[in-house]
Amino acid sequence: MDSPARFWREFPQRYRLEASKCTECAKVLYPPRVVCPKCGASTFENLVLPREGTVVTYTVVRVPPAGFTEQTPLPIALVELMDGVRVMVQIGDLADPSELEIGMRVRLEFRRISWDGEAGVIYYGHKAVSA
Amino acid sequence: MRDVAVVGIGLNDFGELWEKSLRTIWAESAVAALSDAGVDSVDLITVGCMSPGLFVGQEHLASLLADELGMAGVPAARVESACASGGLALRTGFAEVASGLCDTVLVTGVEKMTDVDGADATFALGTAADQEWEGFHGITFPGLYAMLAQIHMQRYGTTSEQLAAVAVKNHANGLLNPHAQYHLKVSVEDVLASTMVADPLHLLDCSPVTDGAAAMVLTTVERAKELDGDRPLITITGSGLATDTITLANRADLSELGAVRVAAERALKMANKKPEDLHVVEVHDCFTIAEIMATEAIGLFEPGEGAPAVENGLTSLDGKIPVNPSGGLKSKGHPVGATGVAQAIEIVSQLRGNAGQRQVEGARVGLAQNMGGSGGSSIVHIMEVE
Repeated sequence: MDSPARFWREFPQRYRLEASKCTECAKVLYPPRVVCPKCGASTFENLVLPREGTVVTYTVVRVPPAGFTEQTPLPIALVELMDGVRVMVQIGDLADPSELEIGMRVRLEFRRISWDGEAGVIYYGHKAVSA
Repeated sequence: MRDVAVVGIGLNDFGELWEKSLRTIWAESAVAALSDAGVDSVDLITVGCMSPGLFVGQEHLASLLADELGMAGVPAARVESACASGGLALRTGFAEVASGLCDTVLVTGVEKMTDVDGADATFALGTAADQEWEGFHGITFPGLYAMLAQIHMQRYGTTSEQLAAVAVKNHANGLLNPHAQYHLKVSVEDVLASTMVADPLHLLDCSPVTDGAAAMVLTTVERAKELDGDRPLITITGSGLATDTITLANRADLSELGAVRVAAERALKMANKKPEDLHVVEVHDCFTIAEIMATEAIGLFEPGEGAPAVENGLTSLDGKIPVNPSGGLKSKGHPVGATGVAQAIEIVSQLRGNAGQRQVEGARVGLAQNMGGSGGSSIVHIMEVE
């Protein structure tokens, strides 16, 4: 999986949900980019994303990729946090994955996402739980 | 631009080919295509292959394969656009001949997927998604298409039975294709009873992991006429390539495959054709929902009408517009880098009129649509017979 450096440099986004807001057209980018895909400008200000949102679509992964075999079934959703800003996250704390539905209100919480065995990197980020 | 003809095709059995290596299956298809064309030298070899690094631990593939064919010294290039790598290899060869840079090109696609176990294959395929912002959370390819399926079901009322109808049709066609990985008749009930992979997609909604290779020889129309004046002249009259956001999070409309729509528009415009002019179509049915969304994006059906169309037999072999007569990725198998070339080969066979029991009568204009990732890229070709 990822090297420690690859993960470490994404801490602002993964740990603090920092996005960037284009100073020209106000488009919010998560993760941040060098160029605004909407207007082409390249100056941004920091913005912390809201933690509550709505499920746009979802699935329950029952055949996982390498690294997630201990976590199946794995409910994952695309969550809209604000207009035009969506994140892909796991849904935690569901007693039954069939509770998931489009339009469900959720809240992001800081959680462990995956791990590279006992001596490897532990990857943290956000999961969504029912709001 | 110069007109470009297809003068040779080479396709062997797809499947779990444990006794053969990547280079062997590739060389067998290349030899078959060169022999079919009656050509013993080419100006360029293009190789579509998604991930030899992850599947067999080999990069620098194009040079390796040129040498394998005894053609060390010939220009060779591997091109990659995930599962659309084969389509990109074809487009690259087309562009080289059309532009006059080359006269004759060997276009190939290959993937050797069974040298790794299932979890590693799932991971390798998953690298066609955004690794940092999608893969990080454990999403898989079936998972991404499942998310698109949920949206399609909610917006258009598409049902699991309609998705299953795609698998039923394509497996029925695959029974007629001797090279198909699975010769297996399946029913709607079989699909719905198969293991859930990513809700709402069952195992039988998914294309398999496959070893396979495919090859074509392209050249100018003038040389094609010299090579074999008796054979029907097949030309590539349209080629379209488009990209879209890889991440579903950034995609404006999740109910359509935008890259497919744009690539098809570009190819149809180049060929001066409309969707209703097509007689036979191969689409990238990596999942059943993908075939439905692809037929809508190409313009064969209005948005939301793709699912009822399958259920009503409009895309069956004897339907209004046959889709995936080869059996599609679903039944024929999906060696990702080879798929785009194999789709084009099916269209060539149909236009030559030698597709055997799965022949679409009177097919003169065909389309092949190849797709990368969850629609982050798509490549469409139109072929015609004189």
